[in-house]
Amino acid sequence: MAFWVSQTLNALALGGLLFMLASGFSLIFGLMRVANLAHGALFMLGAYVGLALVKAGFGFWTAAATTAVLVGVLGGVIERTLLRHLAGRTLPQVLLTLGLAFIIADACLMTWGGDPMRLPPPPELAGAVRFGDVVFPRYRLFVIFASAAVALGLWLLVERTRAGAMIRAAVDDVGMARAIGVSASTLFTAVFCLGTALAGLGGVIGGPILSVYPSLDQDMLPLALLVVILGGAGSLAGAFVGAYIIGFIYTFGQVLVPDLAYVILFLPMVAVLAVAPQGLFGRRLG
Amino acid sequence: MTRRMLPFAVVLAAMALVPVFTPSHFYVNLTSQVAIAAIGALGLNVLVGHAGLNSLGFAVFPGLSAYLVAWLSTLGGFDPVSAGLLAIGGTMLVAGLFGVVALRATGLGFVMITMALCQIVWGAAYRWTSVTGGDNGISAVPRPGTGLLPLERPEVFLWLCVGTLALALIQLGRFFDSPMGVALRGTRDQPRRMSAVGYDVWRIRFSAWMLAAAWGAVTGLLYAWYHQFVSPHMMAVTASAEVLLMVVAGGAGTLAGPLIGAALVVLLKNLASIWIERWVMLLGCTFVAIVLLMPDGIVPGFGLLRAALARLRPAPAPKLVPRERADV
Repeated sequence: MAFWVSQTLNALALGGLLFMLASGFSLIFGLMRVANLAHGALFMLGAYVGLALVKAGFGFWTAAATTAVLVGVLGGVIERTLLRHLAGRTLPQVLLTLGLAFIIADACLMTWGGDPMRLPPPPELAGAVRFGDVVFPRYRLFVIFASAAVALGLWLLVERTRAGAMIRAAVDDVGMARAIGVSASTLFTAVFCLGTALAGLGGVIGGPILSVYPSLDQDMLPLALLVVILGGAGSLAGAFVGAYIIGFIYTFGQVLVPDLAYVILFLPMVAVLAVAPQGLFGRRLG
Repeated sequence: MTRRMLPFAVVLAAMALVPVFTPSHFYVNLTSQVAIAAIGALGLNVLVGHAGLNSLGFAVFPGLSAYLVAWLSTLGGFDPVSAGLLAIGGTMLVAGLFGVVALRATGLGFVMITMALCQIVWGAAYRWTSVTGGDNGISAVPRPGTGLLPLERPEVFLWLCVGTLALALIQLGRFFDSPMGVALRGTRDQPRRMSAVGYDVWRIRFSAWMLAAAWGAVTGLLYAWYHQFVSPHMMAVTASAEVLLMVVAGGAGTLAGPLIGAALVVLLKNLASIWIERWVMLLGCTFVAIVLLMPDGIVPGFGLLRAALARLRPAPAPKLVPRERADV
């Protein structure tokens, strides 16, 4: 029993991290029709920058906030200077974001070396808590609640604020949103910053759980893609549900059939694509 | 032989004659690598250039067939030739399944699904250590070869690769000119209209997918026999990206483009491994540079250059008869 409870909590923690990664990807995809393949690399960059800041003597929280801002600004620069010129052209966008992913990943390898490193959790969250016979790291509980808080915050932003109304309008029809006075240009940059900042924040938050190593981006990006394929591109609810489905399947897969943990991820994808090609919560995006 | 095939014949003959000009195995093997890579790039070009389906998981086909032939001919106990045939058959089976999944989407959805599929197979190759050997891969893969055809000799192996490349060029050249090839480009440009005039768009795309997979499987077979070693790295994202780079750098949709792209990428990779260690960084920079400087690739780039030169010559005198309006 203790095994199932603690693995369920692990799955929730991984699902939360995947939500932070995939929600940004999905928001960008829904608004700009861009599959940002550099998202995994930005997640890893976030983890490395956070680690460097912690090592430089900053507190964990300061490091996390600074990293989110830095990665978000980097994302904004990428959108403004490079991606903007390629609007509507799928293949060049894919090549560009993939190229950036390689550059970022190799720059991380060059700067921080190839050894896996551990990002220490903040001291107030070190140690474990006990519920009966279940012992669970306090930090993972924090991740579960923090990601839920991020999800709630994003939902409030998109559904309950003026900026969110603009985003929803532009996702539905950019031309019409422009015509009624929404500045799509500003909105695109803002959402790209927000999405990449979430990836960077996810990297720092995930660092103590996943540890920080050179192929972290290649491990995380496919999981994020699966989340988006499952949940539907451009949908926050889809990213939320998809992230926890993948979190559960991957966590239990790793424990029960460690050799085939990756292969069983194939099953939910096939099942969902067979029923709904655009994902569980997705709409057909033009 | 048509005039169009002549440059290809010259290039292939030059590749086959490399062992005559140099005794160095290095250049012979380099040419084999170019030929093997070019077959794969030609296969991906069917999808990217003619079907308009941007696959970011093409390495799964060479990967699967290389792993199958390696496993069958070492642990499975088959002789290399029947292992090779079984590997191609097995890859086509899996490709059929993957095609049904991936072709549920087009556009960016297709990009994401193909990438995810390739990553799943990569994950299996990497983690399922009891079967695939994990990160160590499978080594000592035997090359086929008899007294008549000693494939263990580099120059004979090169001729096999160049011969296969010639087959690929002929088959794909004929396919692109065939009614099926034209219909495929129709589904790329106007899927709804093609569907409206009675073409089965899904079936045409699926055929293109299987054709690409078949040449991918052949590449994997030659790859496994060439290196006599397979590892999960041949299915990593970078591997798929390299094939895509060959197609895009050379010029998607052209017959010569993938060949030129393959030569460029293989040479660049070998040079890079000699002088600098950062191949991934170089690959990334090349992608960004191509997107920003030469978005259509080299072969169409030359076409544009020729058109620009032609414009320098005086144009023929305009016809005096008023032309019919084109838009009615």
